[in-house]
Amino acid sequence: MERSRREFLKIAGASAAVGLGARPMIEAVAAATGHQATPQARVARHPDALKATRWAMVVDTRKIESAEQIEKMVEACHKEHNVPMLENERHRIKWIWETHFHNAFPSQATDHVSEHLEHIGLPVMCNHCENPPCVRACPTKATFKRASDGIVMMDFHRCIGCRFCMAACPYGSRSFNFRDPRPFIAEINKAYPTRMKGVVEKCNFCVERLAVGKLPACVEVSDGILTFGDLDDPESEVSQLLKENYAIRRKTNLGTGPSVYYIV
Amino acid sequence: MLELALKGTKKYWGLLVVLGGIAGVAFLTYLYQLQFGLGITGLSRDVSWGFYIAQFTFLVGVAAGGVMVVLPYYLHDYKAFGRITIMGEFLAVASLVMCLLFIMVDLGQPMRMLNVLFYPTPNSMLFYDMIVLNGYLFLNIVVGWNVLEAERNGTHYQPWLKPLIYLSIPWAISIHTVTAYLYCGLPGRGFWLTAILAPRFLASAFAAGPALLILLCLIVRRFTQFDPGREQIQSLAKIVTYAIIANVFFFLCEVFVAGYSQIPEHTDHLKYLFFGLHGKGVLVPWMWTSMGLMLGSIILLVVPATRRHEGVLAVSCAMVFIGAWIDKGLGLISGGFVPNPLHEVNEYMPTAPEVMITLGVWAVGFIVLTILYKIAVSVKEENAGVLRTRVVKG
Repeated sequence: MERSRREFLKIAGASAAVGLGARPMIEAVAAATGHQATPQARVARHPDALKATRWAMVVDTRKIESAEQIEKMVEACHKEHNVPMLENERHRIKWIWETHFHNAFPSQATDHVSEHLEHIGLPVMCNHCENPPCVRACPTKATFKRASDGIVMMDFHRCIGCRFCMAACPYGSRSFNFRDPRPFIAEINKAYPTRMKGVVEKCNFCVERLAVGKLPACVEVSDGILTFGDLDDPESEVSQLLKENYAIRRKTNLGTGPSVYYIV
Repeated sequence: MLELALKGTKKYWGLLVVLGGIAGVAFLTYLYQLQFGLGITGLSRDVSWGFYIAQFTFLVGVAAGGVMVVLPYYLHDYKAFGRITIMGEFLAVASLVMCLLFIMVDLGQPMRMLNVLFYPTPNSMLFYDMIVLNGYLFLNIVVGWNVLEAERNGTHYQPWLKPLIYLSIPWAISIHTVTAYLYCGLPGRGFWLTAILAPRFLASAFAAGPALLILLCLIVRRFTQFDPGREQIQSLAKIVTYAIIANVFFFLCEVFVAGYSQIPEHTDHLKYLFFGLHGKGVLVPWMWTSMGLMLGSIILLVVPATRRHEGVLAVSCAMVFIGAWIDKGLGLISGGFVPNPLHEVNEYMPTAPEVMITLGVWAVGFIVLTILYKIAVSVKEENAGVLRTRVVKG
């Protein structure tokens, strides 16, 4: 008993000494990693960064002629964002994909859709809602709406994979990594992170490209079908397009306020 | 009191070994899921919640059902239930352990689970669900354990328990209400988007929970010296009767609203579940079985002769339990996700590993239940023994 008591005191004393000795060290590390009131380093804004207060996408369905056009957008997006190509239908991940008018607008579809709409596919993606139900549902703020420009973003490192956001999204825009996606990425783009299994992902309106002055990948290859811009700027191309043309949005009756418009 | 769990018959240990074996195999399967990802389940981007979350939802109900013995005893001073409140409370504990495990096995990144605490998000219903489930677990452990200990010592339980007991009653309602709110507040899911979802959850909970409790009472009477009592079982049977009728009634209200309004977003899910949609209907036989079981049990429970016959009552309770389990454990979750938001029909069926992990969680729950019931029953037997010796001596 006596021995163990003595040993305990020895260990306790030693730990206290280590604790005291370690303090400056801990402070140094904390300072180095920026855990202090004023950060030592700041990320400089790229001089060409595209800025807006309300990003929006306009899809001009009149310009869609073939499935290949949409296929090109899908390919550009999935390549840019390291989206894997999984054989198993259940595990598949989609950021942007082609669907029929009846599926994109299930409550607006009539028996007599214009012949053009009946025959083409539409690109669908995350709508970057003004009032996003996914953000409301997320229990960790892993998905959030960026205050500056309304883009609904994901923190892949914070997501716990509860998939509440997937149940909440009324557009089926979210995918889950049912397995490690990395072996299924044909060519890894080092400019954008890959994901790990067990987290949710979706279209991010190419925030990483906007930050360096580039338009979203899908817009670039869209032959003018997609237009991207600031809705709050009345002079922007999207504002002009919407002023001159009648456009619809998906499931507006749900009050989500989608930022993707379809000119029909 | 814990020592009472260490002295048991061969049957007691045998049961624990069997349950432990199932849990062990399931744990290995879970390690496989952890390594591969949730891709080993039947889930997809269209049906993103399945068997795990459905079991969780059903078991929240079983946990809440325990209040049906606590409430009459403590609020209405219905003395007969004093004998079995502990069984309701310990059933709630075991159910909640299963609920929490089901949430854990459903997470894609379980190691990050504590993010829910690190980044508390009061606009997410999951945040409140975490609070109410853990709170209810805590209340039932504290109340159940202390009241049982007092009973063992032949004293009245400590006065500070009283507020906790009263608190546990609305808390039981809250756990299933919040669980329903997980679903019924989602804008794009017509099947769940109904104000009656929480009341319907509660009705099915107050049917399935007490039905299981009756079966457990009958088992305890058969295998131990403790008799929960005929009056107690009959009173529970009446509760089950009212609750299962309310459950079916609420469901029919849903059917009416969807069917008469004929709004596709609402009717399509019911059509899928009961008749199949676009030629796909894997759940159709299950749903009709569930309806048949619930309606059949209502007849057996309403007719006094069949309700009073304990053999028939056991069958009715099994029917209620299985019927409610299919309704919530299979239909409710899948039904909400099919058809998907783009009106495509992609069906879901659990895979073998998924079923194995599910069985394992149930096994863990029943291990907890067996141990807790063993302790409770031993205390009851001890007390009865003391009484008997007193009577003999006197």
